[in-house]
Amino acid sequence: MDKVLYAVAVLAALGAVFGAILAIASKIFAVKVDERLPKLTAALPGANCGGCGYAGCQAYAQAVLDGKAKIGLCAAGGAESAKQMSAIMGVEAVEVEKKVAMVKCRGRHHLSKARYDGIADCRSAMFVTGNGPSACPFSCLGFGTCTTVCKFDAIHVIDGVARVDADKCTGCMQCVEACPRKVIVPVTYDADIVIACSNHDRGAKTRKVCDVGCLGCHLCERECEHDAIHIVDNLAVIDYSKCVSCGRCAAICPRHLISDSNLRTDMDEVPAMQR
Amino acid sequence: MSTFVLLFTISLNAILAENFILVKFLGICPFMGVSKKTDTAFGMGLAVIFVMGLASAATWLVNKYLLVSLGLEFMQTVVFILVIAALVQFVEMFLQKVLPALYQALGIYLPLITTNCAVLGVALLNIQNGYTFIESVIYGVTGGIGFTLAIVLFSSVRQRLEDCDCPKAFRGFPLALIAAGLLALSFMGFSGFKVFG
Repeated sequence: MDKVLYAVAVLAALGAVFGAILAIASKIFAVKVDERLPKLTAALPGANCGGCGYAGCQAYAQAVLDGKAKIGLCAAGGAESAKQMSAIMGVEAVEVEKKVAMVKCRGRHHLSKARYDGIADCRSAMFVTGNGPSACPFSCLGFGTCTTVCKFDAIHVIDGVARVDADKCTGCMQCVEACPRKVIVPVTYDADIVIACSNHDRGAKTRKVCDVGCLGCHLCERECEHDAIHIVDNLAVIDYSKCVSCGRCAAICPRHLISDSNLRTDMDEVPAMQR
Repeated sequence: MSTFVLLFTISLNAILAENFILVKFLGICPFMGVSKKTDTAFGMGLAVIFVMGLASAATWLVNKYLLVSLGLEFMQTVVFILVIAALVQFVEMFLQKVLPALYQALGIYLPLITTNCAVLGVALLNIQNGYTFIESVIYGVTGGIGFTLAIVLFSSVRQRLEDCDCPKAFRGFPLALIAAGLLALSFMGFSGFKVFG
């Protein structure tokens, strides 16, 4: 019986000593945490998508607190979270333009140069087959690496080409980072006219590999009354500061790759390439 | 046998032949939980090396100068849990204040390890094997290295498994468990090796 009491006493004493040490240590080693930090973190979506360029939402909140980062870098939180953060930091709210990702390829109308049955991932497909299995060196490969990295279920491979659901897309641009072909680009959510092709090859070469690739024919450039669309390096580029969304370029494009609706809905059906 | 050779033997045993995860099956929880990405697995491994080394030293001292002298060896398990938990808490506070960079790297893993069975295991095994203080610390550190080796290897395997095209019923944990079993089998190949007699 003595032994039991003895053991209990020793354990209790040990516990008390450790408790005391920890209590003292917590006073000595106390680190002051700015009370705005949890508030800032709460104002962010908490998805830790990394779109702001920091490791996660908390890291971004810390950077804002330290004055190393601007408010409004969080694409996923958008205007609402920027407003809250400005209020917490006591500065004036900044305007945030909503951006979404867009796949600059209509896919599946281009030819394949190789058959790839390996791991279903664009990066490995690029690695294994040289510059990817599709004959067009600029096209979407459709293995869905972007779908894997998207934390918001906003990008999916539909009929062999990645498609962004613009209303779900928060603009974190993780897919833009992940895409080995760099086919995905950020565009303004309000953009009405978009170019769904990334091919910089000359028209004759593009025509051989794809039915819906930009040939650089200059028809859109001539049709535009506002000097808003130009062929740069064999590919149409829109200057959104001049574009008035009249849709005339979309109507005249012989390859149907300019769209006034690509952000929100699918484009018109184009028959697949016959070879 | 010279001290150096003895320490070398202990190290090799702890890393390969008696690997904590794959042969002794201690610390399976972080092994499955934190092995999805190689860099987090590596961070966890470093934290385990750190804590196992420290815990070996602390528990050896507590055992020798407190439990043995008071004749309370039967309380090893309970006392070691208490010592390790208090130690890890203390180290966490200390790092946060003194070495914030290291805290950033190890901080999130430290509380996970507090009550980890690999850490308790190493403390108890040190006593069971009758190791001296130096041997205990070496066994703790190299046991941690063995843990790191296993978890980093396994995380690489798991990253590949994520991409593979396998039946739906196997996806995720089932396949990870099978892979862990195979990895453990391969490590069993080291058992029976005698380094320097």
